Amino acid sequence: MPEHVRGRLTVFMGYAAGVGKTYKMLEKAQELKSRNTDVVIGYFEPHGRPDTIAKTEGLESIPRKLVEYRGSKFEEMDTDAILARHPVVCVVDEFPHTNIPGERAKRWEDVEALREAGIDVLTTMNIQHLESLNDQVWHITGVRVRETIPDWVVRQADEVVMIDLTPRALLHRLERGVVYSREKAQHALQNFFRESSLVALRELTLRETAHEVEHRSETDAAANLLRRHHKILAFITTDPKTAMVIRRAGRVGDFLGAECFAVAVQRTGDLSDLSEDDRDALQKHLNFARNLHIETRILAGDDAAEVLIDFARRNGVTQIFVTRPRTSKWQSLFRKDTIQRIINRATDMQIVIVSDREARARN
Amino acid sequence: MGRELQRKTPDELLRQVEAEEAAVTRRGHLKIFLGYASGVGKTVRMLAEARRRRERGQDIVIGAVQPRAPAEAAELLKHLEVVPLKSVAEGSTIDVEAIIRRRPAICIIDGLAYDNPPGSRNTARWQDVQELVAAGIKVIGSINLQYVEELREEVEAITGKHVEQTVPVSFIKSADEIEIVDAPAENSSGTSPEANKLSKLREMALVLAADVVDHQLAGYLTAQGIYQQFGGHERILVCLTPRANVGEMLETAQTIAERFHGELIAAYVNQPQLSEADQATLDQKLAMAQAAGARVEILEGADPIHTLLEFARSSGITQLFVGHSQRKGMWSRLWGSPVDQLVRLSQGMDVRVFPQ
Repeated sequence: MPEHVRGRLTVFMGYAAGVGKTYKMLEKAQELKSRNTDVVIGYFEPHGRPDTIAKTEGLESIPRKLVEYRGSKFEEMDTDAILARHPVVCVVDEFPHTNIPGERAKRWEDVEALREAGIDVLTTMNIQHLESLNDQVWHITGVRVRETIPDWVVRQADEVVMIDLTPRALLHRLERGVVYSREKAQHALQNFFRESSLVALRELTLRETAHEVEHRSETDAAANLLRRHHKILAFITTDPKTAMVIRRAGRVGDFLGAECFAVAVQRTGDLSDLSEDDRDALQKHLNFARNLHIETRILAGDDAAEVLIDFARRNGVTQIFVTRPRTSKWQSLFRKDTIQRIINRATDMQIVIVSDREARARN
Repeated sequence: MGRELQRKTPDELLRQVEAEEAAVTRRGHLKIFLGYASGVGKTVRMLAEARRRRERGQDIVIGAVQPRAPAEAAELLKHLEVVPLKSVAEGSTIDVEAIIRRRPAICIIDGLAYDNPPGSRNTARWQDVQELVAAGIKVIGSINLQYVEELREEVEAITGKHVEQTVPVSFIKSADEIEIVDAPAENSSGTSPEANKLSKLREMALVLAADVVDHQLAGYLTAQGIYQQFGGHERILVCLTPRANVGEMLETAQTIAERFHGELIAAYVNQPQLSEADQATLDQKLAMAQAAGARVEILEGADPIHTLLEFARSSGITQLFVGHSQRKGMWSRLWGSPVDQLVRLSQGMDVRVFPQ
């Protein structure tokens, strides 16, 4: 091979289970096969859906491997076997899947390995697994999705295709038992599958896909123009709501094409001053930001607000993202907390106080 | 807002509204398949649905097909009943009377954007469709982005192709259901000008579908006076005052609204006894907001902060833009500045404070 060519990635994006992502992906695989492309199934989740299973007919499958974990056996995609077989295109269902502890933690990392070896990958995911939308999805559905994919992983896919179906049609499928077994369907109908939730998730998916498409067709000049305009700083503390600030700052930065930093301020410039709990919390937030490809810093100084603002000014930051201040108005008479002071003092830049979105009431 | 309504879930309301509509009008139902270009597979998708419905025993007819349908579509058509087009002086139209007489549960209209020849019942096919829907028939139709009247110019600028026959976007938005047929452009690898054009069209189609979905969601909820903050749509509210540094606020708001494909609203809470000079600057700022593409709202209320927040909540605002307060002194020391209050009271939305 003259040069190293990374495999292409196509993501079939849906807004809920049962909209037909896997079906459409297999249809694409069949089409490729009919044109004599060497395509194999690396992983396929049948979910007992006959129509979808029928679409695998005639396609070569790489057997799953058995993994033992804590005395039980689990089936996982056999990435090494796929690499050895080295097809041109590989079908990998359920992109956000978390592996049983082993070589790679996440299926998207397996997919990275395949692409690194020059294999094209077709994969499926639902919008609720996108990290930066985690709070909004929680707000819409009342469900905290645990298996997430960092936005940059999806961003570097070559294609994102929306697989659409109206919520009404999806609910009919669910009621007819096409998507899940009866029992599981009942549970699903009370959570993700409430019609108003589906409508909102679908809108989110349409707009997200539009954004993905736009991003791919944008000229570098246009992207650079935006980049010069904005620089974002997320203020990291031990407050659990910091995760929301990181997601939101990352998402806005992503949409604006802006650079994004996540910054904490400690007296010592490291985490040594903190209690064990606080140290864990802060470390968790810093790691979280790094996983989203956001650069992190711990600054040294006594007056966190002053140190942060000074850093922001020196680095040309235009927007600071913070959690909501916690002090009540009675407390603020005597002592202003750091966030309140940032808001009051950084009068030369934009301050974004990130909403603590709450889960929609379940009923 | 009635307490009783507030306690109902959106789903209950949805069902209630649907039931009421059905009872009052006995109206049919309109479902639209939207594609961003010809060849993405709308016709086949729609006919496949028709066939599935038929297999489930539903009474379904074809009211119109495209003259140049793909082979796959021809195969599907073999299994379906067709009500032929009606020939008139200079062409043909769908046969509205024959379809209504036949009274199927569902009628398929492939290609919604046709002008009818002179002397027809209606001037355009989409009006025929409205009649069928009004007669209680469920119509399933298809359309390409380029035929949406309000988007025609923008699409033409991209494709260089002029189309004559269009459908108003209000008709698309009146659909009970919309489904987008999305597919990456063939040979779209890389960023060739051709691939870029198709990507732009795809983006527009996705946003149009999202707007229709949002319209449906908003319709269900606002009809009942329910806050609808859980949608997937970013809505930005710029709070205007005579003193605010509106330039930067509007510029940022416009960029964010564009990038998120969101909605931009600017609001001003009417202040009594505004000086002539303040009134003049305010008018100028309202004009700037309009020029930036914002929908401008003048609100009435004794307490500006509560008025703004009430409006923001009822409009499903996700991002609130305010200018930094200059107010110092005893009042704000005791109660916090207006910005502090806004931050404290604004649940469920981001607040972006701008330099003054």
